Amino acid sequence: MTDTFRDDASRLDVRYVAHLARLHLSDEEAAVFQPQLEQVLGYVRELGALDVEGVEPTAHAFPVQNVFRDDEVRPGLDHEAAMKNAPQERQGQFIVPKIIE
Amino acid sequence: MKYLPTIGLEIHVQLKTRSKIFCGCPNEPGGEPNTHVCPVCLGYPGTLPNVNGEAIRLTVLTGLMIGCRINPYSKFDRKNYFYPDMPKNYQISQYDKPLCLGGSVEIEVEGRKKAVGITRIHLEEDVGKSMHFGSSSGVDFNRAGAPLMEIVTEPDIETPEEAQAFLLALRQILLYGGVSDCNLEQGNLRCDVNCSVRPEGQSELGTKIEIKNMNTFKGVFHALKHELPRQEEVLRSGGAIRQETRRWDDEKGVTEAMRSKEYAHDYRYFPEPDLMPVVLPPETVEQWRATLPELPAKRRDRLVTEYGLPDYDAGVLVADKAVADFFEETARASGNPKAASNWVMTDVLRCLGEKQTELKDAKLTSVSLAGLIRLVDQKVINVPTARELFSELFEKGGDPTELVKTKGLAQVSDTGALEAYADEAIAENPGPVADYRAGKKPALQFLVGQIMKKSRGKANPRMVQELLQRKLGGA
Repeated sequence: MTDTFRDDASRLDVRYVAHLARLHLSDEEAAVFQPQLEQVLGYVRELGALDVEGVEPTAHAFPVQNVFRDDEVRPGLDHEAAMKNAPQERQGQFIVPKIIE
Repeated sequence: MKYLPTIGLEIHVQLKTRSKIFCGCPNEPGGEPNTHVCPVCLGYPGTLPNVNGEAIRLTVLTGLMIGCRINPYSKFDRKNYFYPDMPKNYQISQYDKPLCLGGSVEIEVEGRKKAVGITRIHLEEDVGKSMHFGSSSGVDFNRAGAPLMEIVTEPDIETPEEAQAFLLALRQILLYGGVSDCNLEQGNLRCDVNCSVRPEGQSELGTKIEIKNMNTFKGVFHALKHELPRQEEVLRSGGAIRQETRRWDDEKGVTEAMRSKEYAHDYRYFPEPDLMPVVLPPETVEQWRATLPELPAKRRDRLVTEYGLPDYDAGVLVADKAVADFFEETARASGNPKAASNWVMTDVLRCLGEKQTELKDAKLTSVSLAGLIRLVDQKVINVPTARELFSELFEKGGDPTELVKTKGLAQVSDTGALEAYADEAIAENPGPVADYRAGKKPALQFLVGQIMKKSRGKANPRMVQELLQRKLGGA
């Protein structure tokens, strides 16, 4: 699908995957998880042995489609309720560490 | 050596729906920060998205207007990345099964017509807006979850002029279809520009540079005017272009590299498990197709054949759908398309420009303008009087026939009254009279002017002219 799961990626760096998920791994953890990750991937790769020629990729198991909503406005959260989970607020906005482009 | 540019665009268009794409929050600009939000668009755990059918319809409508194939099977995917303006840490988008495929938009630059290919159109959710305060940033999620349509072009564009022409043509189509308000100031239309240059004779494309988040067409034009020669210069001096994302600085007039990301983007797209696929039956698509408006290029041709307008006039009138509609209403109601076109192209567009307003907010109606045209055609008033009345109708609205009556503006076509004015004018102006008789034809206009003045503008100028010619002898 994307580079992370490329078939020819013989080894997937656990630190790279952890970074994508914004997880910080200690050296010890990385050493434990690297072989585990490879094991999981190896297991999934067994699927590669199957002949799926002509089989449509399945995104959903249920035979349900076209679930739509009418274009109607419905009440949401009022501002105070929406901000209740904000650790910090300023001028009605959620405050986050400075975003640098 | 000559270098050939290759340009492709990705245009994000905010769709004109009442509610957001996956929840019932209002889809409208402005509002105090974080007042159009709910647990779904704030990305709370345990909430589920629910697709707004209107967003699907508007995207398909756009596809139909630009000749796309509508994908018989389409689905949503998650695009995974972290950014503070995106509350779920993934954006619901479409990856390998977008709603629309293929298509093209016709553009014309310096008399040369060309079709710019469309790769695909997919539907996704917009993100929030961030604001910067010194040491921190603030996020407003009112825009998060607004339905956003992404139109991707083929790399068919070869000059900054073509890029601008494409954006204008696309905007016109979107406005005609009522798909988006296309308000650039409000960020309804945003554009990423991909461009590269390659030496003439080389078939392989050069390394691509992406210029992110342009929100004016002029900006796209100027950014390309700057960026393409920059790349050429790098290559000429023996350097190499590194693939990167740049930003256009409008004030400095340069593109600058954005802080390069530590890792290349790896979005790990996967099918959105919370949303079912979209499988549009051909009948539904055909039903929607039947509601398509007449597109600008076609309308332009029709205005030429149906009303006998010059090509140029038709082009000016169709540029804005509201203006074209107004013209057609006026033309039909007045029975004088040429006059309707003249009034709309000159006086109406001038007043709209001066007042910085739009037809929908103006007091002038097509019925009153048509009435004004008929009054001129029936010689009840002359053109200068009509112009004066027009200003009043534009400002305050009203019925032109009533105005003529209450203001006593009806044109004086009564020969007796005109003769009296003419005799006075001849008696008072022996000089010009002698000049005219001596063969100086322009002197007649002076005398006509004198009579118009005496009638306080109400005399029928053509009758005055005929009368004078008769009285002074010789034509």
